[in-house]
Amino acid sequence: MSGHMNLTLKVWRQKDAKAAGKLETYEAKDVSPDMSFLEMIDVVNESLIKKGVEPIAFDHDCREGICGACSMYINGHAHGPKQGITTCQLHMRSFKDGETITIEPWRAKAFPIIKDLVVDRSAFDRIIQAGGYVSVNTGVTIDANAIAIPKEHADNAMDAATCIGCGACVAACKNASATLFLSAKVSQLALLPQGHPERAARVEAMIDQMELEGFGNCTNTEACSAECPKEIGQEHIARMNREFYAAKLSSSKTK
Amino acid sequence: MSWFTQTIFSTSVGRKVIMALTGLFLCTFLAVHLAGNFQLLHNDGGKAFNLYTVFMTSNPLIKTISYVNFAFILGHVVWGAYITYKNRQARPTGYAYNDPGKTSSFSSRWMGVLGTMILIFLIIHLKDFKMAYLGITHKLDLVTYTLDNGDQVEVKNMYDEVIEEFHEPVVVGIYVLSMIALGFHLYHGFQSAFQTLGLRHPKYTPVIKSAGFIFWGLIPLGFAIIPLIIFFCRN
Repeated sequence: MSGHMNLTLKVWRQKDAKAAGKLETYEAKDVSPDMSFLEMIDVVNESLIKKGVEPIAFDHDCREGICGACSMYINGHAHGPKQGITTCQLHMRSFKDGETITIEPWRAKAFPIIKDLVVDRSAFDRIIQAGGYVSVNTGVTIDANAIAIPKEHADNAMDAATCIGCGACVAACKNASATLFLSAKVSQLALLPQGHPERAARVEAMIDQMELEGFGNCTNTEACSAECPKEIGQEHIARMNREFYAAKLSSSKTK
Repeated sequence: MSWFTQTIFSTSVGRKVIMALTGLFLCTFLAVHLAGNFQLLHNDGGKAFNLYTVFMTSNPLIKTISYVNFAFILGHVVWGAYITYKNRQARPTGYAYNDPGKTSSFSSRWMGVLGTMILIFLIIHLKDFKMAYLGITHKLDLVTYTLDNGDQVEVKNMYDEVIEEFHEPVVVGIYVLSMIALGFHLYHGFQSAFQTLGLRHPKYTPVIKSAGFIFWGLIPLGFAIIPLIIFFCRN
């Protein structure tokens, strides 16, 4: 068991949405540096179950960085201290033997805690439902190359489309703003011809929904892009702002 | 609510536009104000500065712009406070352990505090000089100058008032500290305004960030150096 580590975890435990939570201290013994962060929690949970303690509840699904389910605020950073990865892609070799690790849920009014480290991110779903899609009247299949899209636009749209909706941007933002998340979808669809017919209605509806959900206002600290596991850039926020001004000044919506 | 009021009060991007536009206007105001202040350094016993003061407070166009300026300062403060309040509400419980220093600049995280420091400075500044000029706090001495066309004019000696104030160590200290706060505020604020307005481009954004040095570096330095020169080098 050479190279194995012993760690101290401080984990946010909260029974349910209404209960007051607090940080509890647990020991993680004999942790392999090759484990992912979630596997380490799995091992700790097994030891907790053996002791008759309620295991730590946390969100996870694909465990390969593409689903956006895992969501832990580790040592003051969304998805931990490394850049461009989700919690499931974080390995224990990124920590030192004997280190104390603080694990908290995403903190935002719009992301209420369900239990322990699990938060309700359905606010993101409602923002997408407000306009983050393209309406298509189905008919015969058309040729894929019928609409020409410049390579640069396709690449930029793809960069925006890599958003997995994990909420790290909201968690990292000092204002708990969802602006980077919104901008990724608005930008992706604004860059593609298929998104053009609905662009004005889309950006207005999505920004109104963000307001209703109780997210904060972007103050351009750029912490969101720094913490984003897909490294979605600030240019998408600028593009969304342009989309918003054009929509507000030209749409027929007067109220 | 009309679409316009809905945009500037009830949407996050709309609220930010108010901050960006008022902020950029105030940046241009700072440049003009500093150009005027440099007349304090003329070695003419205050003639240039005193005549400039009369022009700035009597010209109808300048007076109109000054009212707009006060309105914009107020707008920047009110919207800034509202945005800060909304942002606090968006995260009712903070993190027990947080490490934001690695992902964002000090300036960007402390805009509200830096702005409040500048507001307190503005109140002190207006009390020291504007209210003295208007004769509210005390009456200024009068001084007579002969103009280039031979006319004689009698004006308030604002120059002596400024020189007197800038020989108080506490006043000079407050001015210099406030200009440091202004520098940090504009380090984030100037380039952030362009991002808010959607003016981001691989060719022009680096230019904006470089030009920002004029506003966060040179202009606050210019404002701070004048009281220091007067304190140390003028009797």
